[in-house]
Amino acid sequence: MISLPTSGEGLILLIPIATACLLVFIPNYKLSAGLNAGSAFLTLLAAASLFLWKPAPGPYLLVDDLNIVFIVLNTFVAFTTSVFSASYIAHELETGRLRPIQLRFYHAMYQILLFGMNLALLANNIGLMWVAIELATLTTVVMVGIYQTHEALEAAWKYFILGSVGIALALFGTILVYMAARPVVGEGPDGMIWTVLIEHAAKLDPALLNLAFVFLLLGYGTKIGLAPLHAWLPDAHAEGPTPVSAVLSGLLLNVALHAVLRFKLLLAANPGAFAPGPLLITMGLVSLIFAGFMLYRRRDIKRLFAYSSIEHMGIIAFAFGVGGPLANFAGLLHMTMHSLTKSGIFFVVGHIAQAKDTQKIADIRGLTVSHPLLGWGLVVGVAAIAGMPPLGIFMSEFLVVSSTFARAPLLAVPLVFGLLIAFGALLQKVHGLAFGEPTGVSYPVKASHIPMIAHFGLVLLAGFYLPPPLVAWFQHVAGLLH
Amino acid sequence: MDKLAFDVAHFLAGGLVLVSLMMLYQDRLSALLNVFAFQAVVLALSVGWQAYVQGAPHLYLTVAITLSVKAIIIPVALHRMIRRLGIHREIETAVNIGPTMLAGLALVALSIVVILRVTAEADMFAREDLAFALSVVLLGLLVMVTRRNAVSQVVGFMSLENGLILAATGAKGMPFVVEISVAFSVLIAFIVIGIFLFRIRERFDTVDLQALDDFRGESR
Repeated sequence: MISLPTSGEGLILLIPIATACLLVFIPNYKLSAGLNAGSAFLTLLAAASLFLWKPAPGPYLLVDDLNIVFIVLNTFVAFTTSVFSASYIAHELETGRLRPIQLRFYHAMYQILLFGMNLALLANNIGLMWVAIELATLTTVVMVGIYQTHEALEAAWKYFILGSVGIALALFGTILVYMAARPVVGEGPDGMIWTVLIEHAAKLDPALLNLAFVFLLLGYGTKIGLAPLHAWLPDAHAEGPTPVSAVLSGLLLNVALHAVLRFKLLLAANPGAFAPGPLLITMGLVSLIFAGFMLYRRRDIKRLFAYSSIEHMGIIAFAFGVGGPLANFAGLLHMTMHSLTKSGIFFVVGHIAQAKDTQKIADIRGLTVSHPLLGWGLVVGVAAIAGMPPLGIFMSEFLVVSSTFARAPLLAVPLVFGLLIAFGALLQKVHGLAFGEPTGVSYPVKASHIPMIAHFGLVLLAGFYLPPPLVAWFQHVAGLLH
Repeated sequence: MDKLAFDVAHFLAGGLVLVSLMMLYQDRLSALLNVFAFQAVVLALSVGWQAYVQGAPHLYLTVAITLSVKAIIIPVALHRMIRRLGIHREIETAVNIGPTMLAGLALVALSIVVILRVTAEADMFAREDLAFALSVVLLGLLVMVTRRNAVSQVVGFMSLENGLILAATGAKGMPFVVEISVAFSVLIAFIVIGIFLFRIRERFDTVDLQALDDFRGESR
């Protein structure tokens, strides 16, 4: 903490917070959008430097093999989203949906959100991690409500209330972990430091740990969006600005997932504690199947993909719940693919909603004719997210299913059932959106397609070829997760 | 911990649970706010006693924050707000008071059973403190669930946070980071909520969440 600016981990935190302070004072939106993207890029570089030079864990911050995956993914998507955001908000400003002063606020909030997420991933102290997730939640609440329409305010309020309750339950779980640690590692700050906790995990009171995990899973599970705690998620995705939807789906859900995985590790290291797998499997399957059915009834394009996020977080939770090297590998890969694909989809959807001036699915038709690049982008994105063969998600879903067959064949039945339901729903919806005669209003958009192409390109590449070092790294992390 | 110290701590923590139960049957918004302020005072006493017994002077800061923010500033501000909105007379409960009280009692019993069974090896005070804290947390949740009015939901949430502070101070030697953060989050939460309430007022002319539900995107 003291030698902050010299290390990569310090820079990851310092750049966003410094930029946030700066952005508050910049009235020119073009400059601030550029600064936003530039700073996100620098953060990405700082995150990449962690591969080369890994700092030793301190009392507050920690870089280990698990969180580095999350951090690099997080900073990458944050950077591409900031590029997308620059072209998105320019349009919002032109149409008058946002005023310049709100944009200033928006950019500063975006950087504070990045700070909060990076801090939550880096934290070596479970109290600090909690504070960081709370900070990230609060910033997204105000960003969701930024349009100040009826719907946006309702969504923000709902998100705020459910998120706060979730986060309060997580704090109770955190206190219970400390209570379990106190007799073993003594009073004081040591009882909250992750590296100390995991070192002594075997000696902690298993009953208290079990109870703590239930609270932590309920609390952070609300933030992951696992059913039945997902009620805030579709509203928050649909009513906020689309860059925020992309960051929520692609990143914030992962940050909460990372917290749950940390505590799952703690339980796994304690022989007396119960296995958290079945809990995660149940919540994952319920989310998957429930969201799969809900996809059919969506009328709003952003809500559609919000439910698809619930579905995929369900798959990921399921994979980590099944456990074992292969399923954990599949879970990590699926998480990466989902982040890239879903934020890519939101980039497309954001521009589509601007081009057609509506989010109603029924009013959007024939996109491949009226806006070829956006239309085909949507087709590729939906094909990817539904799990069509050559793309990355097909591979990770295939791995999840095959590892389930290996470890618990019966569970594969509801899993495949859920996947097929969602698959059908998404194909049905995209057919109406992308093909046929274009209807309704249609404006040209000055979209920057590079973020979308970059994301889908990576997902396509991952379907054909995963670089061996990446595979080795994921295998190593999957082994760590038990 | 000697007998007297234990008894006083026990008395104050138990008092907190009772005040939480009192919240359940308040049918006027201003009365609910008064009960909340009273709960904050009891919490401050309880934390103060812990600070004295544990010899942990930094906890007095938590006492000061609790007293000034939760017992005075927030209730006063909310009183002014509801008077301006003209809703200080009534509360719309989503569930009747009888079933709510029964549910509250069941939650208290549940948390005592769960915590005492789980923490058989921990020391006596920590166990009971935790059981009381969980009761307060669950009762706070119950208040949030049974009320439809935005202000009373906020009160329920803050009472839930009181339970968390009780748990945090009962866990001896818990790093101060957390207490500060709890108090801080309450402040932030209040600011955020304040903004929202004013905007909600502006846009809906009501703070009844039922009205908010009608604006849901998909109710065609």
